[in-house]
Amino acid sequence: MRLTLSLAATAVFAFLHAPLAVLALFSFNASRFTVWEGFSLGWYRAALRDQALAEAAGNSLLIALVSAAVATAAGTLAAYGMWKRQDRILLGSLYLSLVTPEIVMGVALLALFQFAFRWLDLQLGMFTVVLAHVAFSLAFVVIVVSARLRTLDRSLEEAAMDLGAGEWQAFRLVTLPALTPAILAAALLALTLSFDDYVITSLVAGVDSETLPMWIYAAARRGVSPVLNAISALVVMFFGLVILLSEALQRRARNGRTR
Amino acid sequence: MRLRFWFLLPARLGMTVLLAAPLAIIVAYSLLHRGPYGGLELPWTLESYQRLADPLYLRIVARSLGLAAAATALALALGFPAALAIARARRYRNLLLQLVMLPFWSSFLVRTYAWVFLLRDTGLVNTTLLALGVIREPLPLLYHDGAVLLGLVYGYLPFMILPLYAALERLDPALEEAAADLGAHPWAALWQVVIPLARPGIRAGSVLVFIASLGAYLTPDLLGGAKTVMIGNLIQNQFTTSRDWPFGSALALALMMLVTLLVTHLLRRDAEAL
Repeated sequence: MRLTLSLAATAVFAFLHAPLAVLALFSFNASRFTVWEGFSLGWYRAALRDQALAEAAGNSLLIALVSAAVATAAGTLAAYGMWKRQDRILLGSLYLSLVTPEIVMGVALLALFQFAFRWLDLQLGMFTVVLAHVAFSLAFVVIVVSARLRTLDRSLEEAAMDLGAGEWQAFRLVTLPALTPAILAAALLALTLSFDDYVITSLVAGVDSETLPMWIYAAARRGVSPVLNAISALVVMFFGLVILLSEALQRRARNGRTR
Repeated sequence: MRLRFWFLLPARLGMTVLLAAPLAIIVAYSLLHRGPYGGLELPWTLESYQRLADPLYLRIVARSLGLAAAATALALALGFPAALAIARARRYRNLLLQLVMLPFWSSFLVRTYAWVFLLRDTGLVNTTLLALGVIREPLPLLYHDGAVLLGLVYGYLPFMILPLYAALERLDPALEEAAADLGAHPWAALWQVVIPLARPGIRAGSVLVFIASLGAYLTPDLLGGAKTVMIGNLIQNQFTTSRDWPFGSALALALMMLVTLLVTHLLRRDAEAL
């Protein structure tokens, strides 16, 4: 049985990883067809020269940075507030946002924006994308930060307040430093969620706000291209770097706890 | 504590404006008429909900439910041995766990596109088989329900493995040893001891894969053919090409209800048990 289990597990791990590995390999293929003709960086050069692609990547990065910053700030404060005393309505709505299918959240936000634009002289664009991304990443930030808060000793803040610290000082000087790695990990998660989103983004984006996933989607619809393979490999590498960073942060957090 | 109010304020505002308000708006829209130019008109009506019963749409709902159920079953069949292997690994446990987390974090869009690259007529699988002389004509591997099923399983498999692992990891190895001492064959121990005890993980993973698959949009869109429309694509279509917002809203709310009911009913027990 042990052998069967190992074989099955190996096959599953291969299934999980082979497609991306093969895709990345063929991004270095000299031929534009799916036949190996030798190593080349040509598709990466072509990808870097593409103006629309560079603009889409820039938009994605900007949207990801702004929405992750907003979601992390609001989510951290909320997690702390709920740690002090639970807020059932807020917690429930965060869970609801978590289980809402992306397509439903996308059309609902589109309906909201169009409804608001009847009175406001605005149109869909970068800011609607940022707002939508904050909406779906907030719950993830709260979950990550709350998980860390649960391991904290409440008496630390009480001690600080006995020694004369105000509520704000107790938060700022006692709890916040202990939360820093979790906050950074949450920010990285929000960043990747934003950077990867296609479904919601495509519904609430305007003409000036094409993102990288929208570019990738449009290219994938047109058909397979070696440039798209190269971009895919770069995106996967970007995510890999973010994961490594997040891992390092969590390790530091764990070490901090045992010290 | 006065500070708490200000700490909760941004998130409360965000959830009110960006979750409650949009949902309230589509509830209202679902009860309106579609105007001649795709606009919205009074009076209030239940017309959009009545149209949900149209056989044309019921077929799409049934296909979505079927694909989601099949994806869940396949993900369970593939995820269980993987989760068990991780739970039993000693030295490489963290590495294996990382290998499951990696696609979980990685780009869903790129992961779906990878299958287009592999499976299309001039994709890697077909060109390889042609070069080896196994086939003469490219196989139609893409743009049908099977490709969508594959994409769903591939996309959401980590959702299955992680809760399964969490359940299996807590299992006391002594239980299996006891079963063996009492004469149980390892397979019998697996069926009668391990699997029943892993039930909360099986349930949690299945619910996660099922609801994710049921609401899928990108996978059927990229891997499915013109006929493989799932609920997600139908909703998107009502809000874009068809411009029938009342019907799209009713569909979206129906999907949302289904998902929320599933989650609250099936997962509450496990959440309490944890």
